[in-house]
Amino acid sequence: MITLTINGTRHDVSSDPATPLLYVLRDELGLHGAKYGCGFGQCGACTVMVDGRAVYSCVTPVAALPGREIKTVEGLGTIDSPGPMQRAFMDEQAAQCGYCIPGMMMRAQALLEQNPAAGEQDIRDHLQANLCRCGTHMRILAAVQRAADLMRSAGDGGPSPVTTGAVR
Amino acid sequence: MRFLKVVLALFVLAGLGFGGFLVFAHRPAIEAAAAPRPDWFDDALVARGAELAAIGNCSSCHTVEGGPALAGGRALRTPFGTIYGTNITPDPDTGIGRWPKEAFARAMRDGVDRAGEHLYPAFPYDHFTRLTDRDIDALYAYLMTRTPVHDTAPANDLPFPLGFRPLLAGWKLLFFRPGRFEPDASATAEVNHGAYLVESLAHCGACHTPRNALGAEETERRFAGGTSDGWIAPALTTRNPAPVPWTAEALARYLKQGFDRHHGAASGPMIEVARNLSRVPDQDVAAMARYVAQSVGEPSRERAEAARSLLAELAEPGPASTTGTAGAAAPGRDPIYAGACGGCHDAAREIVHALPLSLVTAARLDSPANLLRAVLEGVHPRDRTAGPLMPGFDGALTDEQIVQVTQHVRTAIAGEPAWDDVAGMLRRIRTGDASDSGGDAR
Amino acid sequence: MSPVPHVVSRRGVLAGSGALVMSFALARTAFAQDPQEAQNVGEEARKPLPQPGSLKNEPLLDAWIRIDADGRITVFTGKAELGQGIKTALLQVAAEQLDVPFESLTLVTADTARTANEGYTAGSHSMQDSGTAILHASAQVRALLVAAAAGRLGVAADRLRTGGAAVTAPDGRSLSYGEIVTAEMLHVNAAPQSPLKDPADHTVMGRPVPRVDIPAKVTGGAAYVQDMRPTGLVHGRIVRPPSPGARLRAVDAAAVEQMPGVLKVVRNGSFLGVVAEGEWPCIQAMRRLAVLARWEGHSDLPDAATIDQTILKLPSQDTDILDTGHLGAPEGRRFEATFTKPYQMHASIGPSCAIAQATRDGMTVWTHSQGAYPLRDALAEMLQVPPDKVRCIHVEGSGCYGHNGADDVAADAALLAVAVPDRPVRVQWMREDEHRYEPYGPAMVAKLTAVLDRSGRIVDWTHDVWSNTHLTRPGRAGHLLPALYLQQPFTPPPPKPLPQPEGGGDRNAIPLYRFPRGRVTNHFIPDMPLRVSALRSLGAYHNVFAIETFLDDLAAAAGIDPVEFRLNHMEDPRARDVISKTAEAFGWSSAGTRRPGTGRGFGFARYKNLGAYTAVALDLTVDRDSGAVTVGRVVAAVDSGEAVNPSGIRNQIEGAIVQSTSWTLFEAVRFDRTRITSRSWADYPILRFDAVPASVEVHIIDRPGQPFLGTGESGQGPTAAAIANAVADATGVRLRDLPLDRAKVRTALGRRPASRAG
Repeated sequence: MITLTINGTRHDVSSDPATPLLYVLRDELGLHGAKYGCGFGQCGACTVMVDGRAVYSCVTPVAALPGREIKTVEGLGTIDSPGPMQRAFMDEQAAQCGYCIPGMMMRAQALLEQNPAAGEQDIRDHLQANLCRCGTHMRILAAVQRAADLMRSAGDGGPSPVTTGAVR
Repeated sequence: MRFLKVVLALFVLAGLGFGGFLVFAHRPAIEAAAAPRPDWFDDALVARGAELAAIGNCSSCHTVEGGPALAGGRALRTPFGTIYGTNITPDPDTGIGRWPKEAFARAMRDGVDRAGEHLYPAFPYDHFTRLTDRDIDALYAYLMTRTPVHDTAPANDLPFPLGFRPLLAGWKLLFFRPGRFEPDASATAEVNHGAYLVESLAHCGACHTPRNALGAEETERRFAGGTSDGWIAPALTTRNPAPVPWTAEALARYLKQGFDRHHGAASGPMIEVARNLSRVPDQDVAAMARYVAQSVGEPSRERAEAARSLLAELAEPGPASTTGTAGAAAPGRDPIYAGACGGCHDAAREIVHALPLSLVTAARLDSPANLLRAVLEGVHPRDRTAGPLMPGFDGALTDEQIVQVTQHVRTAIAGEPAWDDVAGMLRRIRTGDASDSGGDAR
Repeated sequence: MSPVPHVVSRRGVLAGSGALVMSFALARTAFAQDPQEAQNVGEEARKPLPQPGSLKNEPLLDAWIRIDADGRITVFTGKAELGQGIKTALLQVAAEQLDVPFESLTLVTADTARTANEGYTAGSHSMQDSGTAILHASAQVRALLVAAAAGRLGVAADRLRTGGAAVTAPDGRSLSYGEIVTAEMLHVNAAPQSPLKDPADHTVMGRPVPRVDIPAKVTGGAAYVQDMRPTGLVHGRIVRPPSPGARLRAVDAAAVEQMPGVLKVVRNGSFLGVVAEGEWPCIQAMRRLAVLARWEGHSDLPDAATIDQTILKLPSQDTDILDTGHLGAPEGRRFEATFTKPYQMHASIGPSCAIAQATRDGMTVWTHSQGAYPLRDALAEMLQVPPDKVRCIHVEGSGCYGHNGADDVAADAALLAVAVPDRPVRVQWMREDEHRYEPYGPAMVAKLTAVLDRSGRIVDWTHDVWSNTHLTRPGRAGHLLPALYLQQPFTPPPPKPLPQPEGGGDRNAIPLYRFPRGRVTNHFIPDMPLRVSALRSLGAYHNVFAIETFLDDLAAAAGIDPVEFRLNHMEDPRARDVISKTAEAFGWSSAGTRRPGTGRGFGFARYKNLGAYTAVALDLTVDRDSGAVTVGRVVAAVDSGEAVNPSGIRNQIEGAIVQSTSWTLFEAVRFDRTRITSRSWADYPILRFDAVPASVEVHIIDRPGQPFLGTGESGQGPTAAAIANAVADATGVRLRDLPLDRAKVRTALGRRPASRAG
């Protein structure tokens, strides 16, 4: 039994310790945000945050994760109370099929938590690891920049909900 | 008084010596010429120059990642400080646009720029000096027909007194032996062609030959293994530790494609070498491979036998629990290895360019530097071309876990004795103190 | 989602007792009966076809719109959400014409037990087919409700107002739709014409309504079939052969069945799969099975390096799809050029996935197939059961861009489900399955000739295009990959060319430009060296690339600006508008001196010559050393007829531009003489952020009241042409062999000094 801390909540998981986090999230814990894309760490659809850094959950075994802070897209907010990153993607309508989007959001979240002043080129460089096939890239870039604005104006990169117009 | 006289005399002598040294070190400037017009150059010469520039890996030091080609600015970290590749586009003000051909040839052969300044041996004129006139002409034609870029590289960051270039004349006196390539009359034409390319333009020894305390190649220990940008360049002699001994054919594939199924993917600085060589005619690469294979030599009977049995073992499906072969995360295996590495390296399905880690050289070196760097940074083609693509695990795994999985590969999979102080090497890599990657790198 | 399949016959549901079939006499205006759509905007507002959109095939109104007594309104479409935003656009259409709040509507998408059979969601047809059907059905339902309310309220229909899902009389009395509707009211056939709202009064259509599917997608909601976890779910994986032609000789299934969590190894001929309780244990078991499987034989694939020559040598069926007095040798300068395209992939980010459950009552399959009904028929044939024993329910998947592995994985899941009755079996392909076994977009060759007269006009034109089929979608079991490997294998039905005007390999081969003489010939090649099918825009991508780059060469030969040259040969006013708008927004005429290595290019097409008009102008830089092409500013204009959701149209065009940039600069399926060697993103690189254009701006030319024109695929060809034209502009080198990857650009430029190339 391995204990994982995901979005601030502790979970005891029974999967084999070698199981990549992605499968534990999706199959054991019912957290579907991270997606299977390649299983090789090549596309970024499975991206989550571990201790503040973006990692490929498809090649990160849960054995490596006890005692570490895992954050998934579910930890950024909810459908009723979306966090700034989610709000920004909704506002920019930054999805087509949307399959890559949770991974994009998590990698972008890691960037903005580390560098709240990240500009467009920083975002492009940082998102290089993630693939999108629908060609939503321009909107993704706009959404991440909007998220950076929302976070800066809220003075908070965390998961607390931000509603448009109600920021400090 | 007597004491003062002695001191004074010493000063005068030193001054004279220094003055004499300066006279010795002096090289005249070569007058700037009008920038040549691209249509002066023969197309075939330019085309051969492009291939030669690829063999010479020019863009590797003279192009900043994502920046305009050959416009300089790439930082080259050396044990002596940071040197920046210069702008070698034909821009008249910031590049070499006004260098006449004799100035270019002097830089290549003698390590002196057009203005007469000595060049640091990070620019491998100790190899380029062996180039033929024809190849220098072709390289000049190629460079002079590139797109000019107006840009100046940052100033070098070197501690006193290394920034004083006339000192390099002393270095050259000690270590630099100018002269053309001499073919070996007893060797085949192919080997001679390969030797010429390897020893001159390709400057393989710049990384694969160890350097002395003053940064000069220890020529008597040619290809005994060196370092580059914090990566170990393995020995290209009988001491090369590849579990499956290199052949000329495997080397040619590796050099051309950046991958060989029994040796793995080029990583670190070698990625760019392979990328550049992918643009070079097959016969040039084959000749280089033939010459290097000759240096690596025939494996001993024991090594050849060990390689055969290793490959045979890998070809068998075997029980699922066999270390280093078939896929499952069987009990008793390191779960981090199984979940992070096994999915690609153990699957034995040739789905990705990932081979069983019992075959990789990085696990067989005396230093864990290369394996650590591969785990940390992954393997990424610097181009949008097809090729090995492995994610880095920095951040996904903690430092303790990276050390653990690295040792696991070393001992349980490669079957070698554990490395000493992997954690220390990891720390030095992180702090940037590992530019020599643990000294002798064979 | 209920794991228990409830297979019902939709006919059973719909068959009312003595259904009242009435035809409407609601059309008050004298609509023109000319089925040709108007060419001139403003000349005629709307000329609906006699049977608008998919109402042709499914005329019953309650197949599209149902209203419950409690007022709940459900809209049905036989189309599927593919990430193109169709749910939102269809709901906008329905809300507008029904006069109900957008949020109050529920939408049911393709489900063989519930919705109309609208074939495939493909060819940019969703708005043309389903959008048009829902538009008219909604307007007619509203009219029926008003007519019924008129009787109940004793007020003439034309004095009643609708709004907020109610009908209101001038005196303030009001009846909700739920109160008005009766059991049989909507169970009637649609009329050919409808009392559509005046576009000027639209409040929902034409607005950038936020997509209904995005909130769940960005918050981790169960948004995809990949995310479904019905009770009792088990996982399946398939071991595919190393070469498409290999056959399974032997496998030690027992060794794998002993692995933890494994329920069953399923082998049927050369079809080999495993079912396990958990997904990761299932993957482990699949990998073990793959190691143990022994295959024999292989396909003989052609040489990838000379695939164009192979294509030209294969026997072809030739059809002249255009012949306007081609004379052969008119006066003027003659030009010719050959254009080639490799096999390319759909390459969905999420590998294909399906869930299948077999019970005594039949088979239910949750699928992201683009064609629920055709898939049902194919599965039924494969499983040898009547079609009504199979129900296919569309659930969203990762974007597919055509016929990818969606149908095949549904067949995989169905075959495994039969082996573990009652358990829902979820199969998701591994990345390597998707890369190696999806049906690719075919390799193609096009040869064009033209004659230019002294005045710089094209006076003769020929276009020959060679291609495999672009359609091997189900319908038949032989279209399903696993069915080809069964002990009793099915055979793929012989491919047929898709007929004009839409065409397959010859899609968009007929130029929209006006040339006095021309001949266009489709060389259809039945033999398929690699399995191929529909990839976004089919042959249009290559034909438009060929036509539009050839035009630039001709313009250069004539010494005429390429945009002006296009306008000189274009009569269609809407095409002219799109071309002019793009040029103007880009600042085409004001281009001053440019830096060496930079260039600009233009491309235009009307998709299928009957869908949306799209033009693209862009600039880019070419790095001569690496061969890297970096796209800078992109400007596009599109005329999709009446724009239902401008944000959605923009999103589609932006996506088309970026995706086509990826195809055009990077993509080719790799294979050796026996196997596909593009097995992951390492072997099939696609565009990443470093190659994303600096900016993309899309201008919509809205045509309120005009028919919806398919948009989703219209940007592929013009973008490719604009890129190639800009590369030629930047370097002086014309590249006609796709993709324009770094090695090709570098090789082409290798001999050319900068000044000659700049």
